[in-house]
Amino acid sequence: MIWNPDFEAMDRARLGCLQGERLGRLVDVLYRRVPFYRRKMEAAGTRPQDIQGIGDLSRLPFTTKDEMREVYPYGLLAVSLNDIVEIHTSSGTTGTPVVDAYTAGDIEVWSEAMARTLSAGGTGRHDIVQNAYGYGLFTGGMGVHYGARRIGATVIPISGGNTRRQLAIMRDFKSTVIACTPSYSLYLAEAAREEGMDPSKAGLKAGFFGAEPWSESMRAEIQQHLGLTALDIYGLTEIIGPGVAMECECQQGLHVNEDHFFPEIIDPATGAVLPEGQKGELVITTLTKDGTPVLRYRTRDITYLDRAPCPCGRTTVRMHRILGRTDDMLIIRGVNVFPSQIEEVILKVEGIEPHYQLVVDRRDQLDELEVQVEMNERLFSDEIRGLERMEKKIEADLYATLSIHTRVRLVEPKSIARSEGKAKRIIDRRQL
Amino acid sequence: MAVKQISVFLENKKGRLAEVTTSLSKEKINIRALSLADTADFGVLRIIVDSPDRAVTTLKAHGFVAQVTEVIAVEVEDRPGGLAHILEVLDQDNVNVEYMYAYVEKSRDHAIVICRIDDRERALQVLEKHGISTLNAEALKAL
Repeated sequence: MIWNPDFEAMDRARLGCLQGERLGRLVDVLYRRVPFYRRKMEAAGTRPQDIQGIGDLSRLPFTTKDEMREVYPYGLLAVSLNDIVEIHTSSGTTGTPVVDAYTAGDIEVWSEAMARTLSAGGTGRHDIVQNAYGYGLFTGGMGVHYGARRIGATVIPISGGNTRRQLAIMRDFKSTVIACTPSYSLYLAEAAREEGMDPSKAGLKAGFFGAEPWSESMRAEIQQHLGLTALDIYGLTEIIGPGVAMECECQQGLHVNEDHFFPEIIDPATGAVLPEGQKGELVITTLTKDGTPVLRYRTRDITYLDRAPCPCGRTTVRMHRILGRTDDMLIIRGVNVFPSQIEEVILKVEGIEPHYQLVVDRRDQLDELEVQVEMNERLFSDEIRGLERMEKKIEADLYATLSIHTRVRLVEPKSIARSEGKAKRIIDRRQL
Repeated sequence: MAVKQISVFLENKKGRLAEVTTSLSKEKINIRALSLADTADFGVLRIIVDSPDRAVTTLKAHGFVAQVTEVIAVEVEDRPGGLAHILEVLDQDNVNVEYMYAYVEKSRDHAIVICRIDDRERALQVLEKHGISTLNAEALKAL
């Protein structure tokens, strides 16, 4: 279902013009009203009149998370505080949070983007949306809430955590749509089975999963356990929250709502814009935001873009699911390793559940990567030989993909910490 | 005659074996024989208990991966060469023993070994042909 065909299926030439106009207006506003951006543009030697179309975007400076933190709390505001109706911030787990301040118009844009997102997975007026993203400063909860409201669906604002209650609500209210992190959805499925409930028969038809990287094999796992169509959604507080990009039912990449959020892919080392189809760091510019507009934000997420037409009829560019983070990337003995690659390999092994942990250590000046995989009924064999063979098999598969030797270790069930939010997959013990 | 053995996955971590035995003892389940095979990281504990089904339920409830494996309990004459004779017999008929361990012995003329054999049926035929007896679960329990 396409929520807004006028924009989501717009002729690409017309879309380019629209993006150019919107960029022009944005740059003008930023130059006049936000000293932070004016300074950056002056340092880059770019004046507003230099921006004549979307093709001139690369003449503008990047914005990094650290810079946004430096002007905490109100340094990014492009309107009077009186016009701000809602404020969210990033979690601040890695330092000062980044502030996202919304005008009433920004909330409209956000609702629209999230209505598009939920519609793309078939959500309509008759659906009951169990929104298990956290409500609060985190953007996930409110974003899904606004989208569901815009569509006219029934939203259950249960927020994150409290697994027992999630299951009771799912069963009693007959939720048809769920929104949460992908790892939490599996945690829910596991908890449901423990309570003797078959989560695949709960009546869920679609799930919107984001806020952490996941993989195709994890999708298969989620779809099987929860009996729904699992869709990847993408967004970030620095831009607007969820609603930046979403998968349609074709499940072939995420459509970027590029009339609002313009994506570029750059080489993270040089900052050069890369040709379409090449992997690099995703950079986003907000074309329509009024409260805290953002110019060329470096997301540190790795992906690539594809402008080929999608069978769903949308003309918007698609980004591949996030392949990793420029800062999550592990460098093991000089080789770049993304946790998503490891996940892809281990989940292909019959019977393995997506509970794993990566432990990086350095012994005798050499990096070692240990992949801990949880034992379960389906994997267990009474013979040591069989278990060792399985460890060796996974090690060989990992070597074939990563070209580095890893050590696979089988651990007891539930010994890897479960998370109700973002899963902690990596423990880096290297003292560098 | 097959006997149910319980196999349990154990990580090589302090206190894990004790947790198995404590959880069984709380359920008043008696361990009659035990063997532990291990690697650097993990081990497989194999036990013969008086009530195997209850033991599996208990262990699973305590978060262990446990399964029932069918093994045979063979009577061995308690004299030099007793075990050698049985293994020779099996070897002649190309029956491969995956692993074996001794059963708790009370004062009798015969010792008992627990054997895991892939082709259990054929092993039993071979043993019977040579007049070597095996014990079923009830007989074991009665010892």
